[in-house]
Amino acid sequence: MIESDVTLDTLGYFCPMPIILTSKKIKELTTGQVLEVLSDDEGIKKDMPAWCQTTGHEMVGLEEEVQPQKVYKAYVKKAR
Amino acid sequence: MTTTQVEPTAMLADLQASKPDRVTIVLLSGDMDKAMAAFIIATGAAAMGMHVTMFFTFWGLNVIRKPGATSAAKDVLRKAFGWLNKGGADGLPLSKFNFGGMGTTMMKKVMRDHHMPDVPELIETAQDLGVNMIACTTTLGLLGISKETLIDGVDQLAGVSTYLAEARQGSVNLFI
Repeated sequence: MIESDVTLDTLGYFCPMPIILTSKKIKELTTGQVLEVLSDDEGIKKDMPAWCQTTGHEMVGLEEEVQPQKVYKAYVKKAR
Repeated sequence: MTTTQVEPTAMLADLQASKPDRVTIVLLSGDMDKAMAAFIIATGAAAMGMHVTMFFTFWGLNVIRKPGATSAAKDVLRKAFGWLNKGGADGLPLSKFNFGGMGTTMMKKVMRDHHMPDVPELIETAQDLGVNMIACTTTLGLLGISKETLIDGVDQLAGVSTYLAEARQGSVNLFI
């Protein structure tokens, strides 16, 4: 269980929307805060680490929930 | 004789001043699927903090034309051509299985049902994220399209040098 400050729900959205919504949402956070991104698009598993690597934010972790529906939870710590 | 200083459309000094990752995309196609691919890559790159410039030429210009805009050409040939060549991001055909528009309509329904943004929404997102959009002057003239009939936000017109000046500094250059 990873602690987060803000949650962003992108359930039902396909690429590139989860990343675009993340890039907008992260601007509302202060440095050091953790954003939790909910997504059911499997691409998020690779896309979120890639987005973090490029933008410099820290990928804290990724959780996968199977029940009752498949949800990926990506945790991003705002670096600057 | 008076000479007026004209600001260059592409600020080369600006280009050199900041050095984020650059992406340039040439969109030659006016097909919905290809326009979607171009805008998905453009918006994705912009969301990753990259500097994105899109160049629109030939049929790609239809993507950034206001719907229902008519040709500004005076001569008969280009006028007739302008009448046949319809613009507007919402009216683009699929490159396959268009079936006179039926296939495209079905595809749009599937996209809507699955929360997938269509081309007009992708354009709006791209503009929101600061994607640069440049229309090619040569093909605008060739197809009889006037600057005024392009969508708001596309106010830059340029040619091959501008594209190359940007592309040579980019690590990602796509031709779609």
